[in-house]
Amino acid sequence: MPVAAETNELRRGEAGRAGGDVRSDLHVSFEERASGGIEIGLRSRVELYYGEVIRQQARGVLRALGIEHAFLELTDEGALPFVIAARIETAVRRAGLGQGKSALPEAVTLPAPSARDRLRRSRLYLPGNEPKYFINAGLHAPDAIILDLEDSVHHAEKDVARLLVRNALRAVDFGAAERMVRINQLPLGLADLEEVIPQSPDLILIPKVETSGQVSDVVGAIDSIAKPADIKRPIWLMPILESALGIENAFAIATASECVAGITVGLEDYTADLGVVKTAAGSESLYARQRVVNAAHAAHVQAIDSVYSDVADADGLLRWGEASRAMGFEGMGCLHPIQIEIIHRAFAPTTSELEKALAIVAAYEDAQARGLGVVSLGSKMIDAPVVQRALKLVARARQMGIATAPGEPS
Amino acid sequence: MSATVATTGLVTNVIGRRVPTLVNGREQTPYQGVDGHRPAGRKAAPPIRSNSDYPTNGDKRVPDLETALRLCGLRDGMTISSHHHLRNGDRVALTALETAARLGAKDLVWFPSASFPCHEPVIDLMKSGAVHHIEGSMNGPLGDYCSHGHMRGLGVLRSHGGRWQAVQDGEVHIDIAVIAAPTADFFGNADGSHGKSACGSLGFALADSVYADRVIVVTDNLVPFPCIPWQIQGNNVDYVVEVDSIGDPEKIVGGTTQITRSPDRLRISELVARFLRDSGIMRNGFSFQAGAGGIALAFVDYLARMMKAANVKASFVRGGSTKYLVDLLNEGLIGYILDGQTFDLDGVRSIACDPRHVATSPFTSYNFHGKGNFASMVDAAVLGATEVDINFNANVVTHSDGRLLHGIGGWQNCLFAGCTILAVPSFRDRIPVIVDEVTTVTGPGELIDVIATERGIAINPRRQDLLDAVKGKGLPIRPIEEIKAEVEKICGGKPAKPRLLERPVAVVKWVDGTVLDTVWQVVDENPYAPVASGGE
Repeated sequence: MPVAAETNELRRGEAGRAGGDVRSDLHVSFEERASGGIEIGLRSRVELYYGEVIRQQARGVLRALGIEHAFLELTDEGALPFVIAARIETAVRRAGLGQGKSALPEAVTLPAPSARDRLRRSRLYLPGNEPKYFINAGLHAPDAIILDLEDSVHHAEKDVARLLVRNALRAVDFGAAERMVRINQLPLGLADLEEVIPQSPDLILIPKVETSGQVSDVVGAIDSIAKPADIKRPIWLMPILESALGIENAFAIATASECVAGITVGLEDYTADLGVVKTAAGSESLYARQRVVNAAHAAHVQAIDSVYSDVADADGLLRWGEASRAMGFEGMGCLHPIQIEIIHRAFAPTTSELEKALAIVAAYEDAQARGLGVVSLGSKMIDAPVVQRALKLVARARQMGIATAPGEPS
Repeated sequence: MSATVATTGLVTNVIGRRVPTLVNGREQTPYQGVDGHRPAGRKAAPPIRSNSDYPTNGDKRVPDLETALRLCGLRDGMTISSHHHLRNGDRVALTALETAARLGAKDLVWFPSASFPCHEPVIDLMKSGAVHHIEGSMNGPLGDYCSHGHMRGLGVLRSHGGRWQAVQDGEVHIDIAVIAAPTADFFGNADGSHGKSACGSLGFALADSVYADRVIVVTDNLVPFPCIPWQIQGNNVDYVVEVDSIGDPEKIVGGTTQITRSPDRLRISELVARFLRDSGIMRNGFSFQAGAGGIALAFVDYLARMMKAANVKASFVRGGSTKYLVDLLNEGLIGYILDGQTFDLDGVRSIACDPRHVATSPFTSYNFHGKGNFASMVDAAVLGATEVDINFNANVVTHSDGRLLHGIGGWQNCLFAGCTILAVPSFRDRIPVIVDEVTTVTGPGELIDVIATERGIAINPRRQDLLDAVKGKGLPIRPIEEIKAEVEKICGGKPAKPRLLERPVAVVKWVDGTVLDTVWQVVDENPYAPVASGGE
């Protein structure tokens, strides 16, 4: 990362990308000046349509950051306003200026706060420094989007991705998707939290968790940021277990905080930790995945599976997803929007499961209405755990939109 | 070079667009509405010829193109036509114009059925004075040359059907037609489905072969008489020239037909397919047309899966044929491909050997002066656009910066389908596609029924039947104004309008020959102007 130059020299900073195949991004070069006000040099793919708007926005961002004299050179490949703001702010910060100030884009209306046990079948990963994928991500209707600051972001770009993700949380409408952020491991992750928590993400994914203490540290950090910022919406946690030790401590991690809504597993790192090859069949990680499922259910949180990395293999994904559901997982990650619909199919109850469950629920409701303690279907008595499972399955199916709620026309 | 555009004045047509009354010395009729214009009289006709002036042994070969042009009586100011079935691999049209220039001809009018980037050197011929202007699609460097007002005459953009109409009206008189033929015999019978430069149908050259004063067939695959099958009849042909190569096969049938991988575009394709299914248009015996663009191909893929699931078969599909349509034909999902142009090798092979894959022409499919045409019999057409406005008017010829980007192709003609669907992203690179008013009207909104974008589907309020048909089906149906407002919010406000000079550089013709809109000279350089992928 370019660092601020000597204090008595005029400082410079750069951020973002342009040229080549780059789309919907821009490169910003900032140069402090001693006098003369703000000068802006702009080359833009959309110059004819938004040239003046971009210059005005750039001046506004510099003003918000307390910059009075500077030369700003923008090479723009059609970046949207929230991207332009993030790139300029990073360039200024990289010059060692604008500390303690920020230039936030106009906010969209936040979706309803998310429930602890909401549907989390599909979580679409969005690389945190690739703005072109953000704006339409919600249209593909995943249950969640994950703005990733960790593995998909190069070390030298952590600061720029952080501000881009902050601005996206604020300015991008992700539709009904739950807004998740995968932060870096602490202590780097602390800087991530400083920027993203005030924008009310719905859930934080914590990578490479091995002990319950790591979860408590994140909880403490979030509290210390959320309270002064007056954030009242819940911010859930999903620790990612990616090592043999993490898997061993699964239950302790799942119960480390009331905020943990689910735990998930990262198989690339896990198999690397074991020193084994990750296979398509996945027998080498079967124990780890079963352990996660068991710990999650013991802790009453969701068990969420890893990703299926062969994006072109729709059939393989469907089989993996169905097996995953059969093991007790409630969802998995997505690397491409075309995986979303397939995953939703994989995690839906089958028609016969649903029919059976609906019959049991009807019998249960009938028994309740008649004040009977025993639920029976035909001549057969139904055990309480079976009733509970049927109730849960029907409730989930209703959330998925594949079974109608009571009172709705079927 | 200073241009001398003969423009007496401008009038405002029925859709409020200012159009010239005189184009390249010819009086014009401003657009009168979709069905408002009815030319009368008799069609134009070629001169009377007598077979006694042609070799009794049928051998019309001459040594080279130069000899052929000389024998055709090449003179200054003549109109020379060519077809674009060889697409960006074509070597014949440019060679013909360059040969004519070498023979000293000046002020020629080039009348291609479409131009491609490979025709860029025609700019040099315009600079030297050999070519006066182009009446046909212009894009890339040719489009820029015209958009900046460098061309001496006005560009005239016509649909494929409109080109046939202009020839039959006598609005365009072809002096010499130069027809590149992947296979031909010495008599001039010619076909496109065989030979090393095979391109499938030769339909775009049919009008030229019938109506031109003189017709030259140029081939790199001369076969003994008779050339079977023949799409061009040798009885219309004056001379046959054999050359080493008429084009680059790689660029004739290569590379253009790939399904989009963009998740947003896949979403648009799927929405269009769901719209056809859920509106009931997709039913046994229906018909459709889709182009060879990435969105259209993905649409065909989604629709095929839905047809299989619902056990529905289409009676016919109008192509642009590609591997994807050929697969559907082979799987029995469609009865026939009525093919206007053949985009890839699978299409070429299929049209050569499958009797259910039929070569058609703008006459059968698009011509305004035909006694009906196929395009209006198609249940649904899926098309693209560069811009669409809130009145459902659409633009395909210019980019939002005002410069020429695409030709009209069959686009205007396909608007007459039972349901016309434009499948477009709502914005590209922060440039809204849905706008208040399109830069150039290429299609009037009353013929455009549905705009499908990644942010939802807008149905033209004139089509209450379609609105009713998809009600409650779970499709994201939204008013077009709402999608436009959302896009403007994302992009940071309404885009500024490009600065254009009060000087026409080209006109857009409606299918009936009236003037629909004007393309104006651009002021600003736009180093980021998009590059057209195709030629039409």
